[in-house]
Amino acid sequence: MNPAQTMPATAATALIAEDEPLLADALRADLARLWPGLQIVAQVADGLSAVRQALALQPQVCFLDIRMPGATGLEAAQALAEDWPAGLAFPLLVFVTAYDQYALQAFEAQAVDYLVKPVDAQRLASCVQRLQRRLADGLAQAASPPTASAASPLDATLAQLRALLSASAPPPAEPPQRLSVIQAGVGNTVHLVPVAEVLYFEAADKYLRVVTAEREHLIRLSLRELVPQLDSQQFWQVHRSLVVRASAISTAQRDESGKVLLSLRGRPERLVGSRLYAHLFKGM
Amino acid sequence: MPTPPSAQANPANPAGAAPAEPGPWQGFARRGLRNQVVCVGIALAIWLLGSGARGNLFAAWVYSTAIGTSCWFFIDGGRLLVAGLLPAREGLPQRFRKRWPGPGWMLLCILLGTGLGYTLGSAIGDSVTGLTTPSLRHNRGAIAISLVVAVAATWYFYATERLRAEQAAADLARRQATESQLMLLQSQLEPHMLFNTLANLRVLIALDPARAQAMLDRLIAYLRATLGASRLAMHPLSAEFDRLGDYLALMALRMGPRLQVQLRLPDDLRALPVPPLLLQPLVENGIRHGLEPKIEGGRIEVVAERRDGRLYLTVRDTGVGLAASDADGTHPSTHYGTQNVAARLATLYGQQAHFSLSPAPGPEGGTLAEVSLPWPMAASALPTPASP
Repeated sequence: MNPAQTMPATAATALIAEDEPLLADALRADLARLWPGLQIVAQVADGLSAVRQALALQPQVCFLDIRMPGATGLEAAQALAEDWPAGLAFPLLVFVTAYDQYALQAFEAQAVDYLVKPVDAQRLASCVQRLQRRLADGLAQAASPPTASAASPLDATLAQLRALLSASAPPPAEPPQRLSVIQAGVGNTVHLVPVAEVLYFEAADKYLRVVTAEREHLIRLSLRELVPQLDSQQFWQVHRSLVVRASAISTAQRDESGKVLLSLRGRPERLVGSRLYAHLFKGM
Repeated sequence: MPTPPSAQANPANPAGAAPAEPGPWQGFARRGLRNQVVCVGIALAIWLLGSGARGNLFAAWVYSTAIGTSCWFFIDGGRLLVAGLLPAREGLPQRFRKRWPGPGWMLLCILLGTGLGYTLGSAIGDSVTGLTTPSLRHNRGAIAISLVVAVAATWYFYATERLRAEQAAADLARRQATESQLMLLQSQLEPHMLFNTLANLRVLIALDPARAQAMLDRLIAYLRATLGASRLAMHPLSAEFDRLGDYLALMALRMGPRLQVQLRLPDDLRALPVPPLLLQPLVENGIRHGLEPKIEGGRIEVVAERRDGRLYLTVRDTGVGLAASDADGTHPSTHYGTQNVAARLATLYGQQAHFSLSPAPGPEGGTLAEVSLPWPMAASALPTPASP
């Protein structure tokens, strides 16, 4: 059941993710003054908790600090977009940052709501008004029968997030070197795995699984660091934790929630691509 | 030429690379053209003095140009060839490498080049004018003129190139120094830190005005030190710890219970002179790359101690550790911070100081940065200021 349909617009719910305690408390206090009907269902201090709590409590609004331990606000937004249950209204996102030149430019370009720290009362008030208006619009839209042609709000959010993720990182200082061989150490032995043999890379906790047709290796590298060193024509990111060799994908099936089920040549397992990257797969 | 200390900090800095300069053969052509002007001058002189080509201006010009050009060709081309074949000479400015063979080889080039140039040039002159000139052996005047001109031209070109090279080197050093100063400022006055601190102060003013005022004082002291640090050669260790204390108090305000701070400075070390804000980049790295990314936060310790007759300054954090902050690949400034410390130590103490960055020992993990300085500087202990 969609909480937006059962709650009056004045009793909205929100999550605050901010790692600096004074600033989190202050934002909460300011919101209480400007929007008495807003219920803060969770106040968290890191990106991972933000994703966990948002998925569990399904707030209508998320205030996400950009620089947080665990995951940045943008990474948290990406995780939410990928894992958000189908059929539920996606939360309205407000990014909060002290100074992130590239993120701010991306927010401007994508007309995403954001707050700059120190947050002044007037700016917060206009943000609150905008959120209230959009929540009311969302209610009206949910009440009217859905039209087949209109893009869902989630689709719009996905498009925004895609643009944000590609634009909010600073450009690399020097063009990254193409990786040709992966060196995976096990005990005293180092296995050399040609990138040409790799079918996919999957992030697993602090490690990265490197999977070839025959076997797999674990390396200590983040996907974020690896991706710029791969040829983006050959390797497609299909999930925040999954990069697959395009030519190794035999079929891609979209399910009703927007996720993409991938089957591979040379491997029995099936992989799940997120809805954030589903646009990569379309018949020619 | 003395290089400013910071100029060596960042050899990988692209802007620090030598500016694009013309290749050796571009200069060769330019000198060839200038040589033509000299040849006209010599022809005029010979014609006016009425010797050699018997008052014939055209013939004088033909001979002067043919001999002058041939001499220039053999001398200038010869020395570029020799300089290119010889191993690169040490201690020469960049633009002289592979171009200046040294005085001995140069003299040989001049003698041989003049001989060859005169022979070829007079043959060309003969065939153009239909006159005959005496061979090398029988025309001392012409050889003397050729040699004098060759030596003078060599000296002239050498001096102007040398001047130009020195100017280029000086420009480069100046630009590097300015740039590294700028990068230092930028890394210390990181806008993210500044605006977050201001946001916290803004909240604190309403909650606890007295504490807000104290924190504002610390921010002012931090800014004053950061902006003025480059102007001071040394300051007492106590002042260094005071400035670190300011920065860490501001960070503790922002991070709350996620940051614990320990500063340990024995009383007998307080007056020792140290380069200002030497430890600042290390403490900032510890916070930014060690503790900020760690969800539960941790502790940072700054310790000064005397060990084995040396002064050891250590910055230790219990953060995510070197491997994690490296793998993340998004913090090029880490390298800048540590490079900066190493470069300052090398400039001020040479081989006498050491800097190391290693995983911290013990179960808590994290990173340990250690600076060790020679002790005798105690003799020049600075007076501790009564109040900063």
